[in-house]
Amino acid sequence: MSDPFIRYVDLVKSFGTKAVLRGVNLDVEQGETLVVLGGSGSGKSVLIRHTIGLHRPDGGQVWVDGTEITGLDEDDLIETRKKVGMLFQAGALFDSMTVYDNVAFALHEHTDWQEEKVRERVREVLALVELDEVEELMPSDLSGGMRKRVALARAVVLAPRAVLYDEPTTGLDPIIANTINELIRSLQKRLGITSIVVTHDIHSAFAVGDRIAFLHDGVIRFHGTTAEARETKEPLLRNFLQGGGYV
Amino acid sequence: MNGILSAYLEELGGMALLTGSTFRQSLKRPFERQLWLEQFFQLGVRSLTITNVTLLFTGMVLAIQTAYSLSAFGGKPFVGDIISLSVVRELGPVLTALMVAGRVGAGITAELGSMAVTEQVDALRALAASPVKKLVVPRVGALVVVLPMLTILADTIGVFGGLVMAMTELGQSRDYYMNHVLSALRVQDIASGVGKSFFFALLIGIIACYNGLKATGGADGVGKATTNTVVVASISIIISDFFLTKIFILL
Repeated sequence: MSDPFIRYVDLVKSFGTKAVLRGVNLDVEQGETLVVLGGSGSGKSVLIRHTIGLHRPDGGQVWVDGTEITGLDEDDLIETRKKVGMLFQAGALFDSMTVYDNVAFALHEHTDWQEEKVRERVREVLALVELDEVEELMPSDLSGGMRKRVALARAVVLAPRAVLYDEPTTGLDPIIANTINELIRSLQKRLGITSIVVTHDIHSAFAVGDRIAFLHDGVIRFHGTTAEARETKEPLLRNFLQGGGYV
Repeated sequence: MNGILSAYLEELGGMALLTGSTFRQSLKRPFERQLWLEQFFQLGVRSLTITNVTLLFTGMVLAIQTAYSLSAFGGKPFVGDIISLSVVRELGPVLTALMVAGRVGAGITAELGSMAVTEQVDALRALAASPVKKLVVPRVGALVVVLPMLTILADTIGVFGGLVMAMTELGQSRDYYMNHVLSALRVQDIASGVGKSFFFALLIGIIACYNGLKATGGADGVGKATTNTVVVASISIIISDFFLTKIFILL
């Protein structure tokens, strides 16, 4: 097997006196969708935010595509950040910009494309998330589900090799949540993107995941395929899955 | 006690680092012309009313007060001298900076703070863009350019306010008042006033951006950060004004 695309080694992080990650070891293979499952406050968002240097670890290492990014400063992180897109929990669209400017942002920033080509690419990624005729709207004009989809379009506009999803279905109704799940799946299939999905939504976890890692109290308590997760003897994970009616 | 001291030093260190990276990022290409122009308008043009009204009335009240207190010594003729010196050296730069700290400083912290708590600042970083370059540099830069201009204009309006009172209340002629104003003022007075305002602009900009970017905890956190900006910026302006005055007198 080839080297894992993303690798966390003994990752430790605290905020003030609160230890959030206490030595996380996890590999994410090229092209797979790994779901990081865990309760609220288990540190799962903090974990994926380390992948693109939004947090600096207190100890341990983060590797992305064969490069250790742990000690890099903001300028040196640019290459990694272009390779790995991120969908934030509430979308985090720039609310002073139109949908078009939001999606085109990274293109304006990192390419010297003509506006015509930028526009074409923006249309293309918006179509990927099944949106059209929204380009001139402001983020405040959009519903929660649409905002997430625009944010997803923005995250993939540079054709990243991996996408990080922070609670992609939280706060959405079940039907829209399903659409988002399908989108994550189809992006992975069509573009071959490596994905890490952080969620406490068990339904979504089984809908999109190839493998599941269960984070509890700052350590990985279980990792294996979705089928193995259903059969698990790990009491905390069983408890968690029972809560969602999955075992 | 130890906790308070270390928190204070952390703030100070954070602001120093932000100032450093603001300078570095401001030299990097590309130059974000559009963002700068927006900020010139937002921070400069829209502050004109508040700063000019403040100095107009300050100039007027100063004319009445000095005439009233100096008349015992027969000093009424020197109203023009006193107004021009006190407005140009002190009141113009300080009051303008205080008004801008309230209006613009609070606005910047509230805006950047809302962006920080809704993860928009992280989103900028995730898209491999620098929040300092995109958000801080245009704001601090526009302030440093605009505040001295606002100050010069406000100085003029303050002296004009004095003129109105000198003519209507004290019975001086326009030429008489203006002769006193112009003979009292030296280039150094103007330079020290405007020089201070450069420094105040930097203070307001860095404090406001720093508080905004590090805001956490939703609307409550943004509210606290905004209050903090106005308090810290205002106090810093008043205190640094004392030391700047000392320095400018020595020069």
